[in-house]
Amino acid sequence: MRPSGYLELLIVAVLVVLAALFPLVGSNLHIGVGLDMMMFAALAISWALFSGPTHYISLATAAFYGLGGLIVAMGMADYELPFWLMIAVAALAGGVLAALIGLATLRLTGVYFVIFTLGLAEMIRNLVSWIQNNFLGSHGFLIFSDFRDQHYYWMLLAVVAVVYLLGWVINRSRLGFALRIIGNDETVARHVGINTAMAKVILFTTTGFFAALVGAIVAPRWSYIEANQVFSPHISFLVVIMALLGGTTRLWAPIVGVVPFLLIWNWINGNLPNQSTLFIGVAFLLIVYVLPHGVVGRLEQLRSKIREGRS
Amino acid sequence: MLDILVSGLLLSGTYALVAMGLNLQYGVARIMNLANGEVLVLGALAAFWLYTTRELNPYITVIAAALAAFAGNWLIYRFLLTPLVRRAKTQGALEVDSILATFGMSFIIMGVMFSIEGGYFAYKYLSEPISIIGSTTSVNRVIAFLAAVGIGGGLYLWLNHTRTGVAMRAVSVSTEASGLVGINVPRMSALAFALGGAVAAAGGALISTFITLDASIGVVFTLKALIIVIMGGVGDIRGAIVAAVILGVVETAVATLIDPGLTLAAAYLIFVLILLFRPQGLFGRRTT
Repeated sequence: MRPSGYLELLIVAVLVVLAALFPLVGSNLHIGVGLDMMMFAALAISWALFSGPTHYISLATAAFYGLGGLIVAMGMADYELPFWLMIAVAALAGGVLAALIGLATLRLTGVYFVIFTLGLAEMIRNLVSWIQNNFLGSHGFLIFSDFRDQHYYWMLLAVVAVVYLLGWVINRSRLGFALRIIGNDETVARHVGINTAMAKVILFTTTGFFAALVGAIVAPRWSYIEANQVFSPHISFLVVIMALLGGTTRLWAPIVGVVPFLLIWNWINGNLPNQSTLFIGVAFLLIVYVLPHGVVGRLEQLRSKIREGRS
Repeated sequence: MLDILVSGLLLSGTYALVAMGLNLQYGVARIMNLANGEVLVLGALAAFWLYTTRELNPYITVIAAALAAFAGNWLIYRFLLTPLVRRAKTQGALEVDSILATFGMSFIIMGVMFSIEGGYFAYKYLSEPISIIGSTTSVNRVIAFLAAVGIGGGLYLWLNHTRTGVAMRAVSVSTEASGLVGINVPRMSALAFALGGAVAAAGGALISTFITLDASIGVVFTLKALIIVIMGGVGDIRGAIVAAVILGVVETAVATLIDPGLTLAAAYLIFVLILLFRPQGLFGRRTT
């Protein structure tokens, strides 16, 4: 194992500590923005854990995120169960859902997987509304909580740190190696004896677990939760854009996309709310045509070019 | 029971048509087009807008929308997708690129449609009741079905009995081999992609007479068309028709017997069953 790997962890640990101090100095407005960034950083990094090496575009983030939020809301509002228990239940439910989807679709080619995840959030939303209309009678949940924005911020920061650490461990494990081979050539991977389906399912389960966890953590912040709100498909697209914009070649690369994109996104929503859909479309095209390997990938290309020039 | 069968069957005509278009785009041009549903909704918007502002007969719009979509999709393929086809090293890389690119396009089309009409595309045209084998339905549904059968049938004959059509099917079997026997593959792919778009827009204008759409509904149609294509087997027109009938009837049954909000869930259930038991399509042979 290379020592630089531990150096990377040390740097990340220092950054996490610095980030944890931010709510003590920042204003409420800044903490709110920081909270959003932490949330998308956690979602984007965990998305890239699976979609980065395999190149399978998952559009299911909103489904897991919404499921997590809904489970917490239901548990806290209807059964008065503690928050900490509910986020564990929500994250596990997200993992189970992801595993089921993975088992059904990941044995086949990537296209089926993308198509399946495309409408998943919408389908679950329809299903939940139907169940609520016919059996439960209630449409929304009121949640009371003492948490303030900095508490959500810290919880999400902890999730980011855990996801990062997990990604670091996976990259160094047999599983990470297997995934990189799958991403390069799946046929080769199968022929050298890798259980490709199982490797993909495990990683996708991780992604689902963390997306549901994030949705669960921020759920009390809504105060009032409805299925229509939490399953907003926008989350899925934003996560894909942010992760690909930053790049997926390095664990930290998605964050490079999260920070600037979220600032622009907030500005657009504040000033040109009618153009937000158009903006998402332009961002996708920008990624495909200008930055196919993300900002980080582009920078690495430049760096290697400069090195070649010198030698 | 009969009502469900009749209206499900009538609905499936348009589904089959749109799925046929998507089949051309994915099977021949090798582009997984996630903007297909938006092109369909664009056709519906054109019919709605021209009818409410100019009182133009929606069936004239069907033809106009098909022609416009043909030109538009040809340009999209030629200038936006061809660079992706050229740069892709493998089929997998092209799939990822085309999914992201067409997904981006779908949002751009959606954004433009929102700025034209933010609400529902609601209008009435030929909604008089008509009785078919003891079941009451409306005239516009029957016309849409007949038009879909006409267009689809024409397309089928064209694919099987003309030189260009056969060349196109050859490309869908093997891009490399058809290039070797002198078929202009880029041209055929562009043509197939444009045809697929034209068919989607025509289908959209047809169903706009009896289904109320809005700018954001496109993804649902993309999804249904994709499910039909997968269920029928990529490149299999007969399979697509059977799959469209199954989806149309099951959806109508779920909507009438249980709840209209569950049609997407029903489509997903079918999708899961197909993925689990017949991922190669209803009539496809299992490949290793």
